[in-house]
Amino acid sequence: MASPAPRAEPAASGLARFLWRRPRLQLSLLLAGPVGWLVVAYLGSLAVLFVASLWQLDDFSGEIVQNPGLQNFQELIDTPVYRSIVLRTALIAALVTITDAVLAFPIAFYMAKVASPRVRALLVVAVLMPLWSSYLVKVYTWRIMLSNEGMVNWVLDPVGLNGPGFGNVATWLVFSYLWLPFMILPIYAGLERIPNSLIDASGDLGAPTWTTFRRVILPLALPALVAGSIFTFSLTLGDYITPTLVSSTQFIGNVVYANVGIANNLPLAAAFATVPVAIMVVYLLIARRLGAFESL
Amino acid sequence: MTRNGDSAVRLVGARKAYGDVVAVDGVDLEIEADEFFTMLGPSGSGKTTCLRLIAGFERPDGGRVELAGRDVTGLPPHERDVNTVFQDYALFPHMSVGENVAYGLKVKRIGGDERRRRVAEALAMVRLTGYEDRRPAQLSGGQRQRVALARALVNRPRVLLLDEPLGALDLKLRQQMQQELRTLQQEVRITFVYVTHDQEEALTMSDRLAVFNDGRIEQVGEPAEVYEHPVNEFVAGFVGVSNIVEREGRRFTIRPEKVRILDDVDASDGLRVEGGQIRDVAYIGAVTRYIVDLDGGGEIQVVRQNLEMSSQEALEQRGRRVRVGWRGEHAYAIPGSQQQPEEEL
Repeated sequence: MASPAPRAEPAASGLARFLWRRPRLQLSLLLAGPVGWLVVAYLGSLAVLFVASLWQLDDFSGEIVQNPGLQNFQELIDTPVYRSIVLRTALIAALVTITDAVLAFPIAFYMAKVASPRVRALLVVAVLMPLWSSYLVKVYTWRIMLSNEGMVNWVLDPVGLNGPGFGNVATWLVFSYLWLPFMILPIYAGLERIPNSLIDASGDLGAPTWTTFRRVILPLALPALVAGSIFTFSLTLGDYITPTLVSSTQFIGNVVYANVGIANNLPLAAAFATVPVAIMVVYLLIARRLGAFESL
Repeated sequence: MTRNGDSAVRLVGARKAYGDVVAVDGVDLEIEADEFFTMLGPSGSGKTTCLRLIAGFERPDGGRVELAGRDVTGLPPHERDVNTVFQDYALFPHMSVGENVAYGLKVKRIGGDERRRRVAEALAMVRLTGYEDRRPAQLSGGQRQRVALARALVNRPRVLLLDEPLGALDLKLRQQMQQELRTLQQEVRITFVYVTHDQEEALTMSDRLAVFNDGRIEQVGEPAEVYEHPVNEFVAGFVGVSNIVEREGRRFTIRPEKVRILDDVDASDGLRVEGGQIRDVAYIGAVTRYIVDLDGGGEIQVVRQNLEMSSQEALEQRGRRVRVGWRGEHAYAIPGSQQQPEEEL
């Protein structure tokens, strides 16, 4: 058979073929940018944070002394106020996480397993919509609602109750409100991945609804639950605006803010900023011990 | 069939619709204790929905579900004495094989030695002894299917429901599992309700079968009865390949293996003989399939064993004029078709 006359080819086709024959090169070209950004901007800055937390501030000159040591961490542990701030932050973050998980699970389950495709789409939008409005507006609205003359007291008054006012309860409430979508979405995605037949099978084998939830749905949704809790937990750990607006108590974030902006003690701020990272690492290790990532 | 209360499963006027789609449209069905009963039909014919109604995964819009004479229509799956083998096996991926099989006993609080003994028995029954600690992900398709079977049978249900359990297996394995399932059913003496769209599977395995179409049952009967005496064209066409020939206003069905191509020397006594021309030939290894255009109208499919004929000879038959013949009793008049021409006339 006569070979067909060669077609005129654009140069791009030659490049495509060249890359097709070198898949590794193609992959490197594709990933160089994003991976470089990830390494430098995220991991690099985290590393710098760790290094900076080991430096000190010269009390007299106000200069930073690049002399590694653990003094900042010593100060964190020795100062009772700092200890109670860490404890309070972690405790409220944990409470917020539990609250959101309890609220999110039924909603996510309904979205993933019960609702019709139409209702599901509407619910996804409804869950996402609060994220479109400004964080500050939402927190200020809560501040107004929780104030003495605010809506919460106004509604509760006829029943003879008082609102929580400003303080730790208000912080817990507002954080739970703010981060709920970050819990719903991963759990929804996780539940959607569980085949319905597994739920049917559990009932078929004699398990009542609660047993099916405990032995089948919860273990399989655990990675999603952990993913959601990473959001709610770490977002709470790092926030300082909400505590400022609806409480007079301090969070880790407030201390970092004060040391960066006011006291100009960057090393101490860095040391304090590593605390949430350390808490998250411990949390994830515990989650792994509990088998949270086995069915990933 | 009329021994009331003795049937293992009974559907009375069962109906189920999803929105505008009626999946099961008034099905009445009685399945006897200890029988291997197959629900056969094309996809979307309502057979799986029927199975799900029996298991309790779906609630009927109308009608009743009875198990061993007891009305269970309002009971959730976990209160019904049936177990299911799912099409996708539905093994719990976070549990080992042993834990999967033990699950039903565990939630019913059967513990200790008895649980261990029954799990071991069930695994031995499906020849998976020693696989207790494997994860479902580490098993082959056939092995997973066996675990699903053991997980259901370990509970000793009155009725075992199987939803196209062999659908995902390759042909060899499927045929082997068909044998095993049949043997197993005879050993454990449990009513099997088996859903499939594979007519060969239905014919080989069942004591009786029901042919589903469009949410209704077209015919219930023993395999030979349904194959040889289909009540209408749908059954004739779905269960096996069937020729439909219209003569004198009546429609007949004749199975391709009952038709012979007659050579000049062949005797044709007692045969109904018609002339025709071979339009197409397909060589399928053990047999050759011929499509013959009949002079009297219509076409007929003939399947012939390749006793002496080579593929080359078979293919050369195309276009040849032939005589085809069949015994009168093998041409079965379709009952439903008798009324139709009359109405038209």
